[in-house]
Amino acid sequence: MTARKLLVVGNGMAAGRVLETLFETAPGAYDVTVFNAEPRVNYNRIMLSPVLSGEKTYEDILIHDDAWYAANGVDLRKGARVDAVDTAAKTVTTADGTVHGYDKLLIATGSGPVIIPLPGHRLPGVVTYRDLDDVDAMVAAARAGGRAVVIGGGLLGLEAAAGLKARGMDVTVLHLMPTLMERQLDPAGGYLLQRAIEDRGIEVICKANTEAILGTDRVEGVRLADGREIACTLVVMAVGIRPATALAKAAGIAVARGVVVDDQMRTSAADVLAVGECVEHRGACYGLVAPLYEMAKVAAKTLLGEAAAYEGSVTSTKLKVTGIDVFSAGDFAEGEGRQEIVYRAPGVYKRLVLKDDRLIGAVLYGDTADGGWFFDLLRGGTEVAAMRDTLIFGPAFAGAAPLDPTAAVAALPDDAQVCGCNGVCKGTIVKAITDKGLTGLDDVRAHTKASASCGSCTPLVEKLLVATLGGAYAAAAVPPMCKCTDLGHDEVRRLIVAKELKSIPAVMQELGWKTSCGCAKCRPALNYYLLCDWPGEYEDDQQSRFVNERVHANIQKDGTYSVVPRMWGGLTTPDELRAIADVADKFKIPTVKVTGGQRIDLLGVKKEDLPAVWADLGKAGMISGAAYAKGLRTVKTCVGSEWCRFGTQDSTGLGVKLEKMMWGSWSPAKVKLGVSGCPRNCAEATCKDIGIVCVDAGYEIHYAGAAGMHVKQTEVLTLVATEAEAMEIVAALTQLYREQGRYLERIYKWAARVGGDSIRAAVVDDLDKRRHYAARFHHSQRFAQVDPWAERVGGRHAHEFAPMAALGIGEAAE
Amino acid sequence: MNEATEHLVAVGRLDDIPRQGARVVRTAFGDLAVFRTADDGVFALRNACPHRGGPLSEGIVHGRSVTCPLHNWVISLETGEVEGPDHGCTAVIGVSVADGVVRLDLSRLAAAMAVAAE
Ligand SMILES: Cc1cc2nc3c(=O)[nH]c(=O)nc-3n(C[C@H](O)[C@H](O)[C@H](O)COP(=O)(O)OP(=O)(O)OC[C@H]3O[C@@H](n4cnc5c(N)ncnc54)[C@H](O)[C@@H]3O)c2cc1C
Ligand code: SF4
Ligand code: FES
Repeated sequence: MTARKLLVVGNGMAAGRVLETLFETAPGAYDVTVFNAEPRVNYNRIMLSPVLSGEKTYEDILIHDDAWYAANGVDLRKGARVDAVDTAAKTVTTADGTVHGYDKLLIATGSGPVIIPLPGHRLPGVVTYRDLDDVDAMVAAARAGGRAVVIGGGLLGLEAAAGLKARGMDVTVLHLMPTLMERQLDPAGGYLLQRAIEDRGIEVICKANTEAILGTDRVEGVRLADGREIACTLVVMAVGIRPATALAKAAGIAVARGVVVDDQMRTSAADVLAVGECVEHRGACYGLVAPLYEMAKVAAKTLLGEAAAYEGSVTSTKLKVTGIDVFSAGDFAEGEGRQEIVYRAPGVYKRLVLKDDRLIGAVLYGDTADGGWFFDLLRGGTEVAAMRDTLIFGPAFAGAAPLDPTAAVAALPDDAQVCGCNGVCKGTIVKAITDKGLTGLDDVRAHTKASASCGSCTPLVEKLLVATLGGAYAAAAVPPMCKCTDLGHDEVRRLIVAKELKSIPAVMQELGWKTSCGCAKCRPALNYYLLCDWPGEYEDDQQSRFVNERVHANIQKDGTYSVVPRMWGGLTTPDELRAIADVADKFKIPTVKVTGGQRIDLLGVKKEDLPAVWADLGKAGMISGAAYAKGLRTVKTCVGSEWCRFGTQDSTGLGVKLEKMMWGSWSPAKVKLGVSGCPRNCAEATCKDIGIVCVDAGYEIHYAGAAGMHVKQTEVLTLVATEAEAMEIVAALTQLYREQGRYLERIYKWAARVGGDSIRAAVVDDLDKRRHYAARFHHSQRFAQVDPWAERVGGRHAHEFAPMAALGIGEAAE
Repeated sequence: MNEATEHLVAVGRLDDIPRQGARVVRTAFGDLAVFRTADDGVFALRNACPHRGGPLSEGIVHGRSVTCPLHNWVISLETGEVEGPDHGCTAVIGVSVADGVVRLDLSRLAAAMAVAAE
């Protein structure tokens, strides 16, 4: 039998594996010619990163050398690009115009890097990361030093960044999404990864939208959409890959995202097979080698006329940056009927997702030793119900009878470290409990420092107390924030500051959240705490806000909104009133009403109309009245000494000043103020969160009133002589409440909890403290006093206000 | 096109929906809410809470649930059912996402919206 002619287009990892299998199974069955656009033999593409970093050389990563091709009788055409395939004539044409006939054709063209057509993307100094030429270009650029900007914080981008750093460059990674490697990692994993990358001196900027690459003759920098510019000498674009399908498509072979193949790796054209990253199988394209190797085996068998089927792959990812261990596999999304098991320790995050007692996904960070074991369970669909409780601890524990948690702690050796932050061992804690007769968590903290820092070992310490003292120990019942954590609000607030946690994923990771991304209770609370504690630094998470604060209007029962413009101290003007009337007419607003806080409420505004309504109000000089905010709402005033015959001070003027000082501030719950010009109290200041009653001698400052489901008269905080003092105390009081209040806790509840004496001590008696709190309030106001309506009129969060699509009856009908 | 895909109607791109957020799709039979979870799962429900019709598109998305903006009922994005002690269900609309394009399965839309509206 004369050997049939097999032509192979592309000589990457997939093609190489097909040939290996072919020659092992049936040497001589085919007379093979390989065309490779790259001017070299087959090498291990996934090891390019160690070559880039200098840990390996090109020679180290060769798969098949010239001798191998010779020994197997393969005619390897290096640097020979195939430009056309004629499936009818069964020929291919290379770039130099030569035509070659085939009996079987194998397309293995891999994929190409995606290039975003930014201004400047063709400048010298902009490279992609796909082959050895790219590595050579990067190594050459690194020799000249300077800064490299890597666009894309996925697997390739991070490997490139680490490699360039190892070569001595300064490196900045720009990533569009909020967390790194978001396709493979959940936010907690992405957060830890970012920290580890930053620890190596690589700068990471997330949510970075690159707008242009700058430079005239070669790259000089990049500019982000927010205007920031970063000077650099090299730009690596690593934003994704696209299957290389042009050749197949031009030949009339069926192509969707990739070259469409069946389970035998056959394309729509007779005698044409395809394997590797260029194919699409059952709707899936792959970007990792494991599936390609499975495809390659099937393709080789199909070429030999043997029965074989490829049925798709489950994939797992590892990042190849020395010293950073990341593993992810399967489907780790949350969902109904799925349970997650989360384990967090300093620098370690593990999450398993189970469904029907089977492992369907896993994310491991920091300790990935068990990745392979989990992956086997996952691929095999193994029933894991019996080892569920110890599953997260890996194979070492698997199958052992699940221990009762207290017994498990009791069984720990004395030198087992319990508190990672302070390095306290079990023995030390138990000894302190027995020797010193400690009975509670606080005692243990005071004497041993265990669990006194991050608090994430608190449950362990409590179990030690139970194990040592037995029934004598009763755990203090601090109600947890929500089901996602055992920590209470105060503990979380304390730790956010102590550990300098500046993002929601950071809090969740460092404080051992039991869910991967929180719930509707903890997220708005955390968002507020972070905003309060890191003014100007923390970026508000819109998706963790209730709808009213997200769209800056109050949702009504029918899904329309109400709009309340700010009227300083309840003052308005004919122009403002005219503008409001015009808006009501123009947008057919059904109800216009005066509120209890002396404002005008436009009710029944359609969501789509909000920006236009705000635009018109804005033209008349009005800003958001924040009637929806857990923040400063209104300052209600009476007419005071300016008009009233009883008035003792300018209550209206003070109200306006207070409102100008406080607008825009966020707080744990809403804050309403009232200023009355005399004890007749026409502004009802004595049932407000903060109230001022003017008297002849000055200003009586009240606080902790309420007029809601609960009605409560204010308490008097102090009496001061001047407006300036009154304003300073109000600022300090508000800040103290902002820093101590639990989310959704009104001032009166906060005051009852912490006690009036402590509040008075901080904002009245101790002048230094008062100044301190007031200064912190003013600092945070520098970032808070931005009118959200004007921002949205300017186009911010436009997606909030328009439907994604409107379908006609034709499209929607069956 | 085959049976399964002929009712798929493209409504926009995945990137049009914020993570842990939602967008509204208007239809002749009423509004739909299209949600995107933190891990890029996309789900569509009739945009009406089983309690008193609250617009679920305005709720906070967590895990694969949304908390209604009006009275905090929690609704499963996958089944449309109310979680926890309360009871009720809103219509679920099939979604397919391919190449970043979100498509809704509107084959039984009229029926789903009619039943749900009862
Ligand atoms: C830096 C880097 C790190 C990676 N790390 C990992 C990892 O850790 N784990 C993992 O599983 N995967 C990793 N990958 C992905 C992995 O390398 C690919 O999945 C794999 O190489 C794809 O094999 P392939 O044969 O389909 O395509 P390729 O290996 O890309 O080979 C295709 C070849 O075809 C040639 N070609 C294209 N068109 C033509 C034409 N018309 N004529 C002739 N020749 C043509 C190309 O020049 C190329 O040489 C990494 C990739 C890169 C770039
Ligand atoms: S509170 Fe006193 S000053 Fe103000 S309007 Fe009433 S009576 Fe006049
Ligand atoms: S309408 Fe949704 S909870 Fe009431």
